[in-house]
Amino acid sequence: MDFLKKLVGQKQPSSRDVAKERLKLVLVHDRVSMSPQMLQTLKDELIAVISRHLDVDQAGVQITIGEGNRLVADIPLLPKGDRRTH
Amino acid sequence: MSVQVVTITSGKGGVGKTTTAANLGVSLALLGKRVVCIDTDIGLRNLDVVMGLENRIVYDLVDVVEGNCRLRQAMIKDKRLSELYLLPAAQTRDKTAVGPDDMVALCAQMKDDFDYILIDSPAGIEQGFRNALAPADRVLIVTTPEVSAVRDADRIIGLVEAAEKPSPKLIINRIRPEMVDRGDMLSTVDIIEILAIDLIGIVPDDEDIIVSTNRGVPVAFENNSSAGTAFRNIARRIEGEEVPFMALKDQAGFFKRLVKLVRQG
Repeated sequence: MDFLKKLVGQKQPSSRDVAKERLKLVLVHDRVSMSPQMLQTLKDELIAVISRHLDVDQAGVQITIGEGNRLVADIPLLPKGDRRTH
Repeated sequence: MSVQVVTITSGKGGVGKTTTAANLGVSLALLGKRVVCIDTDIGLRNLDVVMGLENRIVYDLVDVVEGNCRLRQAMIKDKRLSELYLLPAAQTRDKTAVGPDDMVALCAQMKDDFDYILIDSPAGIEQGFRNALAPADRVLIVTTPEVSAVRDADRIIGLVEAAEKPSPKLIINRIRPEMVDRGDMLSTVDIIEILAIDLIGIVPDDEDIIVSTNRGVPVAFENNSSAGTAFRNIARRIEGEEVPFMALKDQAGFFKRLVKLVRQG
């Protein structure tokens, strides 16, 4: 696999960059005391609540904890069948 | 100047807290300051061996707190420096023998006799850490360029802030510039960006540390050692002096890349 990647000139990210990304992610969850599993549960519950009022594009929903400890929910909606956008 | 209580902690074990405490004690004493180092790692004391004073222990921290001896009887005077003392931890007692209030009272008792009280904290976030943190005027967090150590440092920063202490300062220990350069180690810039606290020292990975610990002579006594210089520089920064960070290859590389980026942009 590594050989193939080298052959096509695809560079592996350095272990330094991997460490940095892993750290950032783990700290996001540490800082708010919320595991990725709990975040998934929150996402499912949010979708359930909003779906009572709106048609949610469930596959596109993104719930993340971002810079400055902000919970960011990106919830795309499905267009209504009778008011389809062109 | 009134006494400054400086607590050295890390969360993770084995990152160099005790080595840092010993070397900052020596470095501050070399600057002519009156210094006492207190080992609060009850049951797992080590500051005594790193400072090379292990053969002279009679009484310890728990003896002082329990009133078995006077404070002066428990403090060991370093023979190489006239104003450096060690108050060792107890080796055969439980860590619950001392509480945070005892530490605050102890430091208050020492305040007229010293310029600096350096507290070597045990690893972890439990009672021993709480004891070390309670009397602190300043907190220094030691970390190494590893995911586990940086993660624990982040947790400690949160606990220090929750205790309403001033924002802690960071010491990055065991940096290997050549590994950073080839993309196999977190750089000082990476770590600062992630932890978002002020840096007070960068200590390169240096074989001299092992040799000096073998001998019980802290590396800060060695004028030609890069780690020794790094520790002496931290002491000067603690004193409020502006000391530029040693030029590690890593930083040069970073700035070169930055300049390149700026030019491209």
